[in-house]
Amino acid sequence: MNSALVIIILALTLSIALGLMAKRGKDMSMEQWAIGGRGFGGIFVFLLLAGETYSVFTLLGTSGLAFNNGAAAFYLLAFTALGTMTSYWILPPIWKFAKEKNVVSQSQFFSSKYNSNGLGVFVAIVGVLALIPYITILFKSMGILVSATSYGAISSTVAVWVGMIGLLVYVMVSGIHGSAWTSTIKDVLILFVIVFLGIYLPVHYHGSFGGLFQAVNEFKPQALTLPHKGLSVSWFISTVAISAFAYFMWPHNAPTIYASKNAKAFRLNAVLLPIYALMVLFVYFVGFTAIVELPGLKNGDLALLELSMKTFDPWFVGIVGATGLLATLVPGSMMLMSAATMITTNVIEPLKPGISDKSKAFSAKGFVVLLSILCAFFSMSGSETLATLYLTSFSLITQMAPSLYLSLRKNNGITKYGSGYGMFVGVAIVLYVTFSKTTMASLFPSLPSVIQDLNIGIIALFSNILVMFIVSFFTKKSIAVESKS
Amino acid sequence: MKPYYILAALPFIAILGGAAFVNKIEPYVLGIPFFLFWISFWAVMSSIIMFVIYRLDPLNKEVEE
Repeated sequence: MNSALVIIILALTLSIALGLMAKRGKDMSMEQWAIGGRGFGGIFVFLLLAGETYSVFTLLGTSGLAFNNGAAAFYLLAFTALGTMTSYWILPPIWKFAKEKNVVSQSQFFSSKYNSNGLGVFVAIVGVLALIPYITILFKSMGILVSATSYGAISSTVAVWVGMIGLLVYVMVSGIHGSAWTSTIKDVLILFVIVFLGIYLPVHYHGSFGGLFQAVNEFKPQALTLPHKGLSVSWFISTVAISAFAYFMWPHNAPTIYASKNAKAFRLNAVLLPIYALMVLFVYFVGFTAIVELPGLKNGDLALLELSMKTFDPWFVGIVGATGLLATLVPGSMMLMSAATMITTNVIEPLKPGISDKSKAFSAKGFVVLLSILCAFFSMSGSETLATLYLTSFSLITQMAPSLYLSLRKNNGITKYGSGYGMFVGVAIVLYVTFSKTTMASLFPSLPSVIQDLNIGIIALFSNILVMFIVSFFTKKSIAVESKS
Repeated sequence: MKPYYILAALPFIAILGGAAFVNKIEPYVLGIPFFLFWISFWAVMSSIIMFVIYRLDPLNKEVEE
């Protein structure tokens, strides 16, 4: 066993221990387990939101995208800066409603706001569906990470299963409190590792940032700007726009938002989160260094790890690996918990009214196990890059945004049918496009590339909005009649 | 709707509206290609603008429960 692996295993043990300590002395009801009893202050909310945003995807997927596609990767910095600003206006009313109605999950928000159990079931399913590619990213990264840092001693299949069991143990013992503490350690580590690698590697190999970009410009100049076709300017604008628009729609952000003590926390976070996003800049530097230093590398998702292994001693590779592991556990646990909470509150409770708290918690945990196993299988079967999976996940959650935003107004003209059918159409388009590998270019071969390159999520979003308004218009009367009788 | 909320639109206009015009390598700023510099600059500006809004908005002066 090498020193890198020892450090990674220590990190796993430590985070489980922290989870156990966080649990001790707290009576954990469903509300406690999921949202910590709504008592988190501004900085804690910041740590959790940042903790969910900067996952192992930031380390491996972002550097991989910069390595493979160059400037296209800049979309991540752009939408994070823009999206987090919206926290100022969007999150306070969401939080307020959730507090008044004792909402604990994204799907419950919908069922409560639109007064419809059916819509709650549907949103729960869409939410879980959207989390599947993201959890798959985490497992896939875990496989890459452990097999690379063990210098081939552990296969990625074994790594995924061991990592999955580690994640499950972590989720079972800790709940959101454990996540908050581990999240703090993880945020410090990931910030340190990213900034260190992002400064050290360019300086070590090229003398300075300027030197790095001169070298990239000589070696692969097309990596520094968006191409004319494909991941072009219109792809960039449409992708940044929809991702920023739906920034806080992740089901695993919802419990964090509800866990806040007050609304001011979200306005403070709108100030802190955009500049915090600059961290991603240093990941780009790593990806660009890899372009020059690892020209033969096939799988870009390995760029950061391969470059670290080429440059540093095993113990430091272990620190990078441990950071990646924590950056899997924290967001992973938040995702699994939010999926479990949605299924419990919106699918199991309505189907089995009067179910005891104990069996509720039991079914939530059983669901977490099933979902993990499913995602572990997906992570071994697909050959998509991490960045492709991330885009699919994002296109799915985007579909929840229109009817959620409109429901925050005093007079919501959208009906439960409008919300449901709109989302259904949007989600159906995203799924169809993902599985059939359709592109705008194959659908409309004669249109100019400005339109062909649009992110297909924006087409799904517009269809969603259109259907939402039309269906709402025709169902408004029937609902008015329903409520009178 | 408070008038200074409009400030928050600036980063959106700069990044979404500006992308087509700043998609170039030169001039380098601090050694960074211009397109990347532009986005990074507006990420910083986003925080500065939100800080200004945060300070101006009387909402944040109230003591909340």
